[in-house]
Amino acid sequence: MALLSVNDLSISFGGLKAVSDFNLKLQKNDLAGLIGPNGAGKTTVFNMLTGVYLPSAGDIQLDGKSLVGLKPYQINHRGVARTFQNIRLFSDLTVIDNLKIAYHSHAKYGLFGAICRLPGFYSGEKEMHEKSMELLKIFKLDHKYGELAKNLPYGEQRRLEIARAMATQPRLLLLDEPAAGMNPQETHELMGLIRWIREEFDLTILLIEHDMSLVMGVCENIFVLDYGQIIAVGTPDEIRNNRRVIEAYLGEEAS
Amino acid sequence: MEVFLQQLINGISLGSIYALIALGYTMVYGIVQLINFAHGDVYMVGAYLGFFATAILGWSFLPALLMSMVVCAILGMVIEKLAYTPLRNAPRIAALITAIGVSLFLEYGMMLLVSPQVRTFPQVLTEVQYKFFGVVITNRQVIILVVTVALMLLLQYIVHKTMIGKAMRAVSHDKQAAQLMGINVNNTISATFAIGSALAAAAGVLVGIYYNAINPLMGIMPGLKAFVAAVLGGIGIIPGAMTGGFLLGIVEAMVSGYGKSLYRDPVAFVILIIILIVKPTGLFGKNVREKV
Amino acid sequence: MMSMFERKIKKQIGILLILAAFWGVIDFMIKGGIINPYYELNLILIGINIILAVSLNLINGFNGQFSIGHAGFMAVGAYGAAMITLKAHLPFAIALLFGALLAGICGILVGLPTLRLRGDYLAIATLGFGEIIRGLIVNIDYIGGAYGLSGIPKLANWTWIFWLTVLTVLVISNFVNSTHGRATISIRENEIAAEAMGINTTKYKVMAFTIGSLFAGLAGGLHAHYFYTIQPNTFNFLKSFDILVMVVLGGQGSITGSIIAAIALTILSASLQKLAALRLVIYALLLIVVMLFRPQGLMGTKEFSFSMFSKKSKDKEGKQHGTAIGQ
Repeated sequence: MALLSVNDLSISFGGLKAVSDFNLKLQKNDLAGLIGPNGAGKTTVFNMLTGVYLPSAGDIQLDGKSLVGLKPYQINHRGVARTFQNIRLFSDLTVIDNLKIAYHSHAKYGLFGAICRLPGFYSGEKEMHEKSMELLKIFKLDHKYGELAKNLPYGEQRRLEIARAMATQPRLLLLDEPAAGMNPQETHELMGLIRWIREEFDLTILLIEHDMSLVMGVCENIFVLDYGQIIAVGTPDEIRNNRRVIEAYLGEEAS
Repeated sequence: MEVFLQQLINGISLGSIYALIALGYTMVYGIVQLINFAHGDVYMVGAYLGFFATAILGWSFLPALLMSMVVCAILGMVIEKLAYTPLRNAPRIAALITAIGVSLFLEYGMMLLVSPQVRTFPQVLTEVQYKFFGVVITNRQVIILVVTVALMLLLQYIVHKTMIGKAMRAVSHDKQAAQLMGINVNNTISATFAIGSALAAAAGVLVGIYYNAINPLMGIMPGLKAFVAAVLGGIGIIPGAMTGGFLLGIVEAMVSGYGKSLYRDPVAFVILIIILIVKPTGLFGKNVREKV
Repeated sequence: MMSMFERKIKKQIGILLILAAFWGVIDFMIKGGIINPYYELNLILIGINIILAVSLNLINGFNGQFSIGHAGFMAVGAYGAAMITLKAHLPFAIALLFGALLAGICGILVGLPTLRLRGDYLAIATLGFGEIIRGLIVNIDYIGGAYGLSGIPKLANWTWIFWLTVLTVLVISNFVNSTHGRATISIRENEIAAEAMGINTTKYKVMAFTIGSLFAGLAGGLHAHYFYTIQPNTFNFLKSFDILVMVVLGGQGSITGSIIAAIALTILSASLQKLAALRLVIYALLLIVVMLFRPQGLMGTKEFSFSMFSKKSKDKEGKQHGTAIGQ
């Protein structure tokens, strides 16, 4: 069975159909890309998948269970985590606190234990600290654990956002333009990192990206969205040579 | 039925006052997104200026009204320049607290100046009562309504037909774009404060001749309630403030008229809560959602 | 090597001893007449104001919501507690607990529908609720109506107020410095991201609001049983505003900031008492000036600690700790 299966998903904003009849299937451990020109509706799809927007029609199923109508935090608890196109870190908090917040749903002590400072509180905090440090190390941010998130350079903020999403221990990771604002060197490293975390954590990843070198480099399967509709699905090679994709990106005349 | 009609008339008079104050709240919020808590106190200052002009200088109603409006317009601009302009890019709460600070300053400054005692407004207009089908209408109520409607028409004209009105609408829509189009944003904001304050001053003078009594803390409750009226209509929307003001005035008059006058204040706030829960953008407002 | 738990316990016992010594000295001075009733009154006020400011800070500072109706919950606690001692003749501790719980329940009732409002709208809603609570009290003759309630037994004293202030600060700071507190703070930082990271934002907003209201109720109960008389007007918008000013001046998101501001403003307010109206004019000007020059308040979101003065050594220690785990 597919891990994620999206069937005929549509949404309209005040009469305008932003996404219509969107279909997508991801098998476990897939690494897929969602591309398309600006305004095609890619982020809107992410927002529906994570419960920020309620679709007007269609269904989203994770492991055969519908996610439609759940709140974003409930969808996260089901195992879906995401990053944002315009970075949304907890910017006035430290790097490690950003991760600890994402670990919150897996915390080992309750409200009472926290207020009364029972022994469970200290062991729970210690575990959260250690797990967060491990993740930071994977993302090469461990030396900056005490800095405020807003003081990190842009590329590191993007990495921190992915690390934070990983801290919620997802099965499905949605990355919204992870390479935006990165230089070629950083993008290259990011590609390696994305491949590595997929293997290491047995993840399924769907990413939105404008940087074609990244998309073509890491994704095994690509979905192309234009004006809210899927116009092509295929391997990087198939997509590269697809007439409709080229038209969508470059306009009619170019083809 | 008679009670109902009578309270409707009273409600419209009271509502006129709320609407005039609410306009200033709504215009200022529309342009700088600040709840100007000092606005109710500008209304109080307006009432005192009217008292000063009629009781001490012996002026008649219209010159007193105009003088009060002009002086309060200047006061509004001064408050904006001294207290709010430096905070335009500060956190919202800082501006809000400053507004409350200005409010306290006006209230207790006035108390120092004129003592906390209640002043009786002189009878600038001899009361004449008209009776229709058992319902009493006074000439004062008529004047309140006439002045209010005239000021509202004037405001509509300014906002929709003049350059400064267009500038105000542009700035409230998008400050930066307006600036790029060559609009002087600072002057436009000043003008908004001036107009709003002048309307509040008019409300103050009208309240003086209607209820005959004024005191330095008289602005607190009507200020809060006018704000409720502005939210009711949809904050930032001028026709909304007018409608909200009249509606609130009528509801309050009805509550008092049917013998529950102590519930007058809570009822206004219950309306506020209901509107905030059901439709936070108000009767005339549109929903906007945060872009993710 | 001691476990972290044991080390913390030792540190806490140390702090407790210092607090107990402070309490004992003041208590001795009050009983011996060295501290006259006027100063005692101000010590009591400081305690009540600390409870109010720290509890409002949880809502406004840490959770990033914007409440300006805190006095309403204080009123609920004051009337609730006074009812228990005055009409039911039950012990003071039960009265305080009842008042606090009643205020906490009101916090849930108010918070659930309104906390989805943002910023200014929430501020107005809380202000509205404060006024509604006051308006209702005015209309209930059984609890004294507009004239208020008098003859409440004077059961609160320095001991009660000191230890309940300590308890409030302890509970709220323990809450804030835990995963629940971080969840609360994440909502202030970025609500959409918090929700996406699995934080039930509604739950934590209501929780912060409820805890804050509960302690406001506790402060109300103490207030009622120290001043024997309570009136609806004691808990008006101006009172809410007083508390808000303490939080903002101290720094939103800083518990120590709230404590310092509560102490400073109570003293300032007492020393300006004789000036009547001029007091509020000075107060207002001070407020405007502080907002113009330091809008983030005295402490910002930082906490006061003596290690602030030896920041370097702390950083070093932190780094070593970090690499130790990294290896």
